[in-house]
Amino acid sequence: MKYLPLVWATLWRKKVRTIFTLLSIVIAFLLFGMLETVDYAFAHPDGGVSGADRLITVNKYSITLSLPFADVQEVAALPGVAAVTWITWFGAYFQESKNFIFALPIDTDSYFNVHNDELELTDEAMAAFRNTRTGALVNVALMKQFGWKVGDKIPLHSTIWTQKSTGSLDWTFDIVGTFGAKDPAQAAQMASNLLFHYELFDEGRSFGKGEVGWLEERVTDPAQSAELSKRIDALFANSSNETKTQPAKDFTMTFIKQYGDIGFVLRAILGAVFFTLLFLTGNTMMQSVRERIPELAVLKTLGFSDGTVLGLVIAESLLLCVIAASIGLALSYGTLPIIKQGLPGIDLSPRALVPGIAVAVLLALVVGTPPALRAMRLNIVDALADKR
Amino acid sequence: MFKQFAAISLMNLQTLPQRIGASSVIVIGIAGVVAVMVSVLAMSAGFKHTLADAGRAERAIILRGGSDAELNSNLTRTDIATISNAPGIAKDADGRALLSSELVTVVNVPKVDTGTDANVTLRGVGLTLTGVRPELTIIDGRLFRPAVRELIAGAGAVKEFRGLTTGSVLHLRNADWVVTGIFTSNGDVHESELLADVDTVGSAVERTGYSSAIALLTSPDAFTAFKDALTTDPQLKVDVQREPDYYAAQSRPLTRTINIVGNTVALIMAIGAMFGALNSMYSAVSARGQEIATLRAIGFTALPVLLSVMTEALLLSLLGGMLGACLAWLFFNGHTVSTLGGEFAQVVFKLRVTNTLVVTGILWACAIGLLGGFFPALRAARLSVADALRAS
Repeated sequence: MKYLPLVWATLWRKKVRTIFTLLSIVIAFLLFGMLETVDYAFAHPDGGVSGADRLITVNKYSITLSLPFADVQEVAALPGVAAVTWITWFGAYFQESKNFIFALPIDTDSYFNVHNDELELTDEAMAAFRNTRTGALVNVALMKQFGWKVGDKIPLHSTIWTQKSTGSLDWTFDIVGTFGAKDPAQAAQMASNLLFHYELFDEGRSFGKGEVGWLEERVTDPAQSAELSKRIDALFANSSNETKTQPAKDFTMTFIKQYGDIGFVLRAILGAVFFTLLFLTGNTMMQSVRERIPELAVLKTLGFSDGTVLGLVIAESLLLCVIAASIGLALSYGTLPIIKQGLPGIDLSPRALVPGIAVAVLLALVVGTPPALRAMRLNIVDALADKR
Repeated sequence: MFKQFAAISLMNLQTLPQRIGASSVIVIGIAGVVAVMVSVLAMSAGFKHTLADAGRAERAIILRGGSDAELNSNLTRTDIATISNAPGIAKDADGRALLSSELVTVVNVPKVDTGTDANVTLRGVGLTLTGVRPELTIIDGRLFRPAVRELIAGAGAVKEFRGLTTGSVLHLRNADWVVTGIFTSNGDVHESELLADVDTVGSAVERTGYSSAIALLTSPDAFTAFKDALTTDPQLKVDVQREPDYYAAQSRPLTRTINIVGNTVALIMAIGAMFGALNSMYSAVSARGQEIATLRAIGFTALPVLLSVMTEALLLSLLGGMLGACLAWLFFNGHTVSTLGGEFAQVVFKLRVTNTLVVTGILWACAIGLLGGFFPALRAARLSVADALRAS
């Protein structure tokens, strides 16, 4: 610790050079922070917390095929299933197709039995929802996005479901209340949710009556999830609508994996960034030690041991990398709200920034070691004479 | 003045090998930026190309009004009958309208690389298929027959998904489907799909209607009359689009996302590389301080000195840009990947390092080099001759 002022002084020996090197490391770690958070978010789509006790049952052959409503009763009768509910993909947008809305027709009682402790919802809103046939509960984020107020009548365009009565794809709902996520880690994935009555949907649609898109189950014992999934699928084996049941988390993962190996792309970019950075910083460190050879020789003459000189150079490299990495990671933390806008429905956790410091230390060791070794091996007489 | 500039530049370049470490920082730093940018943008170029190729100006796609995509759309048999009588549709030798009524469904087939289920389009097509889509060529096996559970697989799908080679059996919804052949289709989006007889697919998924109708028109000019005839028909509620327009809209969201990500990352990297270039050029200038001062003392003016430093930075970054573009081309051009497209289904496409991308990459490289070279060049030009000569 007592050498800190010395290391600090040598670090700023050539100010301009140090600042530029520092800035390029800052940039690299800014990218590291941004890309790692996105990578982490894709790898942990549920924020890593909930969903352990939840299963999803879909048609085995295709997500576009539905299931008969009768499946609900059969699944509900299975021991180990605490609650089961059913939902259908509504495919809605508001005014323009870019305003996607995750509108879900829900059966109120069973839906809240399955998602019992997930929604932040007042009793008044709940009561109003139950009492209004055309009522909708809307996520607070969505309310804000479109400037909606409780009491508003909003038209949603479904890209799939025509209404029996009018033949139109437009459905109108009354906003009766709002909800948020209890667990902040889930806030992002339910940000564009709008809930309305399944009854209204099933009675109103012109085709597909009595069919459901998928089932969601809550299990009594999460440890039995895998076993229970098999038992559910066994119920419908060899029927014309075989099912595939899996934990909600796995279902999301399978879906995300379909976008391709996002992690690989991000890591490849980071690989390129750090390779070039290694080169740049390594070169600067080498150059700086080369220029200081006489000074280092003086230190050795004064009695600094070879080990101490080695330590000093490595410490300089560490100091540079860690300071720059911290600034870069802090900046990337600042960009999270911007990335969030570009990736709605994805939860970005600052946890992904932690490995950044370890990477900085590793980088410092890799670029610091060769010049440090050179400094250690200096022969005092030659170095003082500046014979390189 | 030009003579002076040429003389200094040549001298600088001759001493480059002595400064190999610092100079390679510029080359490698910029190569990294350009390689990343070109590779990422090659993804969106490839995706766009794959979708755009499916469209022909003389083909029209008809969907139920307000459906946006084939997967959501629903047309009845009556709709199809009405559409087939519209003016402008080309006829085959037997006088049948070249209209393919299609049913788009999505089936789960595991991906080769991950083994996890992916959504693959199973497209039911009319018997007029080969007339409506002349670009479709069977490269292995034969076409499916109607009324039996047979399908043909696109060449892209065969590569990306398991068990689609000719003769394999696919178990879909309680029935076995035989893959009777493999087709290509100009590398377009249909090569990611499975094709089968539309009525057979319809009975398998218990649907009586269709998703869309694809019409081959007598000429691209026939479109307006065709569209007007359908949209003004009170019996029909349909959207009629030229195929290229439909597919361009389908590719837009993904290509836009990739472009934003690619350009943002490249821009941030470029700033980093610029700092690297500044560093290298500053040390190049300071190492040559005495040399520059000597030149100034014997009558060289400031401008050629400035330009020569800029030239060196520009040449190094040009080298870096070309290296980066080459690397991207070498590693990724033609590399096949697949992703979830606009229709909830997998689209297999090849990365395309296009000429435009290479040129853009090299332009970026030059911009970084110019910015990174300018300030050091300015310092070199402003160097106080007396001080620099005295410096040890």
